[in-house]
Amino acid sequence: MKHWPWSRIVLHAVALLLLLWVVLPIYLIALAAFSPRDVVYQYPKPLVPTQFSLETMLFFMRSSGVLDSVRRSVIVALLTLVVSMAVGAPAGYALARYIFPGRDTFRIAIVSTRAFPIVILSIPLAVSFINLGLYDSTISVALMHTALALPFTILVTSSVFASVPVDLEEAAMTLGCSRLGAFWRISLPLTLPGLAAAAIFTFVLSWNEVFAAAILTLRNRTLPAHVLSVLNESPLPFRFAGGFFLLVPALIFMLFIRRYLFNLWGRVVR
Amino acid sequence: MIRKTQWEPYLLLLPSLFYLLFFFGWPMIQAFSLALRGEDGGWTLAYVQRMINDTYFREALITTVALIVAILPIQFLVALAMALVVHARPKGAGLFLYFYAVPLAISDLAAGIVWFAIFTQRGYLNTILQAIGLIEKPIIFLNYQKPLWVIMAIVAAEVWRATAIIMVILVAGLQSIPNDYLEAAEIFGAGLFERITQIILPLLKPSLQVALILRTILAFQAFAVVVALAGQGATVLAKEAYKWYTDIRNPNVAAAYAGLIMVLSIATTIVYLRALRTPEEVTA
Repeated sequence: MKHWPWSRIVLHAVALLLLLWVVLPIYLIALAAFSPRDVVYQYPKPLVPTQFSLETMLFFMRSSGVLDSVRRSVIVALLTLVVSMAVGAPAGYALARYIFPGRDTFRIAIVSTRAFPIVILSIPLAVSFINLGLYDSTISVALMHTALALPFTILVTSSVFASVPVDLEEAAMTLGCSRLGAFWRISLPLTLPGLAAAAIFTFVLSWNEVFAAAILTLRNRTLPAHVLSVLNESPLPFRFAGGFFLLVPALIFMLFIRRYLFNLWGRVVR
Repeated sequence: MIRKTQWEPYLLLLPSLFYLLFFFGWPMIQAFSLALRGEDGGWTLAYVQRMINDTYFREALITTVALIVAILPIQFLVALAMALVVHARPKGAGLFLYFYAVPLAISDLAAGIVWFAIFTQRGYLNTILQAIGLIEKPIIFLNYQKPLWVIMAIVAAEVWRATAIIMVILVAGLQSIPNDYLEAAEIFGAGLFERITQIILPLLKPSLQVALILRTILAFQAFAVVVALAGQGATVLAKEAYKWYTDIRNPNVAAAYAGLIMVLSIATTIVYLRALRTPEEVTA
């Protein structure tokens, strides 16, 4: 076996240290969430799993309002995903495939929406939704989340479509496909994984969003909004299990989209 | 690029354009109208004054800015370290990149709760400190009488959660630096530190600028982390906006807070763009 030079050893030590910084807190919250109730209150706490138990997680899931808010969060996230893809993907396709007057202006306008704080949208929208009778509904939260996700969806789908050479579509059209047929048979299948990654990220964005959801709802809260509103009066098991539960989709979804990390973020910021 | 028909792209853009005008542009204008217009429809600074004279205004503003000043430098150092490590291709680089990027998808609320589990009195930090013999009995970190500890906990949570986005931007930036430059520098005897400060950092400037703007805008909106870790103990601008809307039921003052966050975000963006202008842009 070849000996590693010192610089390689230091590199790996630093890499592991940074890894520990990210992973250790996740490990600790998982440890707390799967401990029985008395261990949650225990001090000093065990740093290795002593007894695995679902007691704390079940306590959280059975707390009043939690299951309903989970269901609502999933509905809101799915609605956000569907609407933002339906509205945003065509725009992404247009940016990727056509040159037209106003293209750069549109692109810059989309990018610059990121410079506007999202906090400012929720309050006026809440006031309008009250007037429209839409306040405190899953629809209103989904509409708001779509507005947050849309600029992102447009830019990402545009970079996904741009990654499929236009020649392929043209070839299909010379062989007798219609415009739509060429898109349906060529571009769509080739871009499906990238589009799926974009959709998944939209889902997570909605699942995670708390400020707008908390402003726009009162009784029909999404999970983060519900957890936030009861957090400071809740016992430790509720908090630990809730924190872990909120975190799980992040871990799973990152696994799916890791290949598209730079498609999703590297390009968005350019 | 294909096709001559000119109406197709506009047709495809139309839905997003309408959506963004309706749910992005219009509320933005509406927010200022809420904050600056009285019930009679005339212009007024009453709500802004009420915001400024509020007991918590000063604290919220100072804490928000202090958090940004404390968090950003640490974040950039950690993100740069992560990016350089990934770029140096250690064994299992893909795995490292995945784990460094995981917090990208973690919400600020979840991050706040995770760090609450660490900093709370019967939490893991006290457990670890006691295990290695640094303390005799648990320290109460998250107490409104010790704002410095509370701020430190928030800083830790934010550095943990929001460094990933900077890291990804920097890794993308590093990939665009030609290896020849670094090899040439190495041949001429530049050490690692010199290569970082003389070559990598100057060439990363555009990426750093983008990351800095993005992070600052997001940091002005810090909310759930503060609620989870500080409770009533500390406050920030977004938390005050939330409080004025939900607890005090005054959307006008809440909108004034939101407007202030927006003005601050745009002002800092402009300052950054001017301060970090690269020479080419100045001459162009």
